[in-house]
Amino acid sequence: MDLFEDCLNAFWVGGVICVIGQILIDKTKLQPGRILVLYVVLGCILGAVGVYKPLVDYAGAGATVPLTGFGYNLAKGVTEEIDKSGFLGIFTGGLKAAAGGISGAVVFSWIAAMIFEPKEK
Amino acid sequence: MAVRIGRHTAVLDRPVYIAEAASSAGKKEGEGPLGEMFDRVYQDSMLGEKSWEMAESRLVKENFDLLLKKSGHTAVDICIAGDLLNQDSAANFGYRDIKTPFIGIYGACSTMGEAMGIGAAFIDGGFAETAAAGASSHFCAAEKQYRAPLGMGSQRPQTSTWTVTGDGAVLLSRAEKKGAPIITEVLTGEITDMGVKDPNNMGAAMAPAAASLLTAYFKETGRTPDYFDVIATGDLGLVGKTLVIELLAAEGYVLDDRYTDCGIEIYDSESQDTHSGGSGCACSALVFTAKYYKMLCDGKIKRMLFMPTGALMSPTTSQQGESIPAIAHGVVIESRC
Amino acid sequence: MESQNSKDYRKKKEYEQMVKNASPDSPIFTDCIKAFVSGGLICVFGQIMRNYFTSMGLSQDDTGLAVSLILIAIAVLLTGFGLFGKIGKFCGAGTVVPITGFANSVASPAIEFKKEGWVFGLGAKMFQVAGPVIVYGTVTSFIVGIIYYIAGLVR
Repeated sequence: MDLFEDCLNAFWVGGVICVIGQILIDKTKLQPGRILVLYVVLGCILGAVGVYKPLVDYAGAGATVPLTGFGYNLAKGVTEEIDKSGFLGIFTGGLKAAAGGISGAVVFSWIAAMIFEPKEK
Repeated sequence: MAVRIGRHTAVLDRPVYIAEAASSAGKKEGEGPLGEMFDRVYQDSMLGEKSWEMAESRLVKENFDLLLKKSGHTAVDICIAGDLLNQDSAANFGYRDIKTPFIGIYGACSTMGEAMGIGAAFIDGGFAETAAAGASSHFCAAEKQYRAPLGMGSQRPQTSTWTVTGDGAVLLSRAEKKGAPIITEVLTGEITDMGVKDPNNMGAAMAPAAASLLTAYFKETGRTPDYFDVIATGDLGLVGKTLVIELLAAEGYVLDDRYTDCGIEIYDSESQDTHSGGSGCACSALVFTAKYYKMLCDGKIKRMLFMPTGALMSPTTSQQGESIPAIAHGVVIESRC
Repeated sequence: MESQNSKDYRKKKEYEQMVKNASPDSPIFTDCIKAFVSGGLICVFGQIMRNYFTSMGLSQDDTGLAVSLILIAIAVLLTGFGLFGKIGKFCGAGTVVPITGFANSVASPAIEFKKEGWVFGLGAKMFQVAGPVIVYGTVTSFIVGIIYYIAGLVR
């Protein structure tokens, strides 16, 4: 695969997803925290209805790095887990797929809090 | 005894002297247009303490000590102070070791006006011979309580204001002090709410409180804005100041360049990137003690109306979708020079 | 005669308009360009890592996780040094929307609230923003799962 083309696709798709977030911040005064929630939920729904997968195939990191990609992972995880282990997959699939990212954020942040002091802006 | 004129204005029987003023500011304020005027500028926002909250308390205590030292007094009869933190903790912990009768007040950013008004009333009523009135705020402690952790990477809207770090305090006294300005009138505002809900636009939330007290004062006394050399609100910022001028114009009062806002004066909004201006209890407290107090002492201005405003919401009420109530407190100060 | 309530309402509406006129808007055009470029560049950085990990023979899922973990680690480190706030102020949604924003929303309260103790300060406040993200992500994935499961039964 051509690295340049991959990067170009990732750049513009990722950029556009961020711009949508920026418009929401500036126009609706939504706090960043709410944007994050919205994006995860949106990604999960788009993943479930099959819209997000083609975007991931096309844009790669441009679609997986934004938080919608995190939501897409949840949808993908839950459906795959149901295929594999049936009913209980409804409960385990989503968080299983998100486990790496959540653990990473928690553990790294915990270590950071051990080392760093609050700083002024 | 003081005489009440109308519902909001009280004229003091005998003048209350503002015998001394002390100002301690943070680093960013020290780099602002008034940097040279502060008595003290702290380069370390933590002040050697372990938390932002305790840093603010230290600021309160050290500025009170400075006030006493500058005035030559060893004690005052009563201290009146407040801040923005929950349960007034900056003032409460700051005055913890100062063994003096103490009244903690909450008027959000109007605290300095409220403290001076109450102090003047105490002295006028014979409850005290001397009183210290002060107000403090700390950018980091306020951000932590009202907005987001400091490390959060978010943008501040253009209408937002920057909480001032510092403490301003005055020493009020019944005994005459030569050349010291006097408080002649106390204005007490009522809570005003025009339905503004955006905590990032506090100037807009507070402007109606300032406008309603100004209008009430002019109606009750029959005076007009040109009675004063300076009319100063506390931290309305660029947005709020514009609104006050418009609201007063609608009532038939023209506010020209004698009207200023401490929130606009304390920072250079362009180079310091503070958007609408400064805010917080310390904003009006610092600008008054560092700038206007000295101008009154020197006779550069003869009469001013100092009227800071406060936004009385809490993070809880904002989350519950309530609008932001606001209040204004004013004192009329005259030069004796 | 107009009632007091409707008079108050009208006054508030009028004032709302005054506030709108007096309040400057965010510079949305420049904000969007900054968000586009910075957000795009973070994704390009992710893409380069993606191609590298894939060429190393990692599965698609592992690649995705490895990329996320590296971006999270960088964002947490920048938060610790107090740089993320400054970068985020410039980039806006460009750093909020990618996984970096999620990492920053975990690290910044963890560092800020450790003064209130390791358990109920750091431990609890860490999820100030990330908590809702995980809650609504989990609930949505649960609903998606239920529907998918039932649809599978019907089929």
